[in-house]
Amino acid sequence: MRELNEYQQMLAAGKLTRRRFMQLATALGASTALATSMAGSALAATPKKGGTLRLGIGHGSTTDSLDPGTFENLYMQTVGGAVYNKLTEVAASGDIVPELAESWDVTPDAATWTFKLRQGVEFHNGKTMDSGDVIASINHHLGEDSKSAAKAILDPIAEVTADGKDTVVFKLKTGNADFPFILSDYHVAILPAKDGKLDPMSGVGNGGYMVESYEPGVRTALKRHPNYWKSDRAHFDGAEVLAILDVAARTNALTTGEIDAMDRVDLKTAHLLKRNRNIRIEEVSGTQHYTFAMRTDTDPFTDNHVRLALKYAIDREALVKTILRGHGVVGNDHPIGRSNRFHADDLEQRQYDPDKAKFHLKEAGLSSLKVDLSAADAAFPGAVDAAVLYKEHAAKAGIDINVVREPNDGYWSNVWLKKPWCAVYWGGRPTEDWMFSTAYAAGVPWNDTYWTHERFNQVLVQARAELDEAKRRQMYFELQKIVSDEGGVVVPMFANYVMGISTKLQHDKLGANWSMDGFRAIERWWFA
Amino acid sequence: MAKILKMVAQRLALGFLTLFVVSLIIFLGVELLPGDLAEAILGQAATPETVAAFRREVGLDLPPHTRYLDWLGGMLQGDFGRSLANQREISGLIGVRFANTLFLAATAAVIAVPLAVSLGVLAALYRNTLFDRAINVVTLTAISFPEFFVGYILILFLAVQANIFPSISNVSADLGFWEHVYRVMLPALTLTLVVVAHMMRMTRAAIINLLASPYIEMAMLKGISRSRIIIHHALPNALAPIINVIVINLAYLVVGVVVVEVVFAYPGLGQYFVDSVIKRDFPVVQACCLIFAATYILLNLTADVLSILSNPRLMHPK
Repeated sequence: MRELNEYQQMLAAGKLTRRRFMQLATALGASTALATSMAGSALAATPKKGGTLRLGIGHGSTTDSLDPGTFENLYMQTVGGAVYNKLTEVAASGDIVPELAESWDVTPDAATWTFKLRQGVEFHNGKTMDSGDVIASINHHLGEDSKSAAKAILDPIAEVTADGKDTVVFKLKTGNADFPFILSDYHVAILPAKDGKLDPMSGVGNGGYMVESYEPGVRTALKRHPNYWKSDRAHFDGAEVLAILDVAARTNALTTGEIDAMDRVDLKTAHLLKRNRNIRIEEVSGTQHYTFAMRTDTDPFTDNHVRLALKYAIDREALVKTILRGHGVVGNDHPIGRSNRFHADDLEQRQYDPDKAKFHLKEAGLSSLKVDLSAADAAFPGAVDAAVLYKEHAAKAGIDINVVREPNDGYWSNVWLKKPWCAVYWGGRPTEDWMFSTAYAAGVPWNDTYWTHERFNQVLVQARAELDEAKRRQMYFELQKIVSDEGGVVVPMFANYVMGISTKLQHDKLGANWSMDGFRAIERWWFA
Repeated sequence: MAKILKMVAQRLALGFLTLFVVSLIIFLGVELLPGDLAEAILGQAATPETVAAFRREVGLDLPPHTRYLDWLGGMLQGDFGRSLANQREISGLIGVRFANTLFLAATAAVIAVPLAVSLGVLAALYRNTLFDRAINVVTLTAISFPEFFVGYILILFLAVQANIFPSISNVSADLGFWEHVYRVMLPALTLTLVVVAHMMRMTRAAIINLLASPYIEMAMLKGISRSRIIIHHALPNALAPIINVIVINLAYLVVGVVVVEVVFAYPGLGQYFVDSVIKRDFPVVQACCLIFAATYILLNLTADVLSILSNPRLMHPK
């Protein structure tokens, strides 16, 4: 009976088809009538209103603030997903859909975007949204005095102007076919403006929930926005979001019923947690990936044969098995995930091959190689272990990797972008262009491989302004191949977002763009 | 009595000097740490422009001595300043956190101190018996485990299996007193297990030390019962060292419990302190350090005053 219930939940979550469910159910001995009625009730699971959702999030610091420009951890991102709306939203399917914008138009050069705003959308303070609020919210991230983490991604905007109360026009410096995706970023929240300025710390947005009380790094109490414009979202009456940094404490809180859901499940104990009848383990494979970035401007990584030797000298399957405990998929030395629209499925998967590694070493004129690899668990959980495993794998190819354990504290300012070779974490970006132009385009600040490839940069710019899907697909395939074969990055694995959820909770297909249903769990989920 | 008041005044003045030195050391320490607030907050998303804008906004572009003197000036007027990271008033944030820390420390102390002293007295009374050995083994075992381990064990038995106490101490200001006590019970018990051994051993040793002295021998020869000798004759003279060790442990309960706070997700001062050090939020680090230092200074002073009061020879010197 227990398996049957699980299948029913999987059916409700869209992981099984109705036909497959019927097969499994009858195989378990359920009568056809029972199976039919169970399938019916699962598929008819319309969201119910009410209840208070209690979330335990594995991040959160007393230095956090409600200013969306400074959101930097999962805690504020999850809270922000409930408090603020954006112009656009990445749906669970990965497509971009309108949120505060009703529709948009673009000129053929993809450089001028006209967004029609939804009318009658009310902020938590009662103000009705208009184009002035949108412009002020965008300008909050731009300008010389901006300390926003979104400044770099909004940099392509040359000018943003209002055309009446309900229309906003973005003029970009160069064409960008994926511009609506950028406006869905969690930093680019729309807040009410007063005299053309935001009060970013106020916590007033127009999302489904308003901030009732906020203690940075401890808890946030949210209550439903009574005049929320979406009728099919925000089912809970309220939510309490707790910062529980210790993974054991988070897991205990979930098993004892103190919270209803948690993120960042401990992969080492996930299989044990699965045995608990009251808890479901949910995971999605998205864009989150771990890399080892080589500085291609530093010897010996200047030679592509050395880079290829190192790419062939790592056993990706083993890393996914031991570091991720199977909660992930192997990478192919480029940063595009399988859930991305233009993932190059037909690109051959690079395998662990010590002989090929040796061959490339020889081509580089080396008989052996000794390199330092900097790692710390601040880069990603298990980074040091991953580096040590890599050392073992590479030893078979005659490559001696010296693992340097760096301090967690200050990793991003002292090690990343500084050391010749280091472990890196990428939350990933929803589009190919965004990912490539953040970390692979020539000269951008986060190009952590210091990589400049003429053809790559040329195609990247062309693809960005191309509105024809088929042509773009072809271009992005080429870009992935170039990065994989000539880039300075080893991408061993894509890590799943793994969450623990009480069986009392229900949801549709989970968004894979970020953890916690694309940070929208609070407004998308409901109690069964 | 006048002598005590004079000593208290002297010690308080010295205390202020200590606090000043502490603040200077902490400031230099934070300055020496690699990276600054802007880089720490922006993390992987830092660009030179945004880092510069951040520094300008919170005044990190000013030279260190200007920042320190600004801070000191505010401090002397009783103004803790604002957190650089989120521009909130530090006094408001710290007030809540410090109250939580004191509440946890007080709850733990109310359980631990009477328990430790009475166990110590009993252990002295039944010295070298099975009872004495058993208490020693149990308390020393508890203190030998790391705090988080003791915490996890308690969670396993009292929260996950027996479901008596909540596994996380989710407290907020609107809770009633007893509800608050209930929710901090597991961390308080963890701390109790961690501090009991020290105080218990000290009580036992101080009493046993006195049992060899001539006036106790006299009492024994008079035929007084052993328990009366220990409680009425030995204990009052052993108070000074016992008070000292209790006070040290109280100070520990206030300033040294960050690990327990993390295990139980308890919003105390320790967690706030660690967050601020990671983000290099210097005014908050300073404020927390000063509170910790002041706690030590005041508790030490209390211990000395109590030692003098409990000892007639020090109260009425010739």
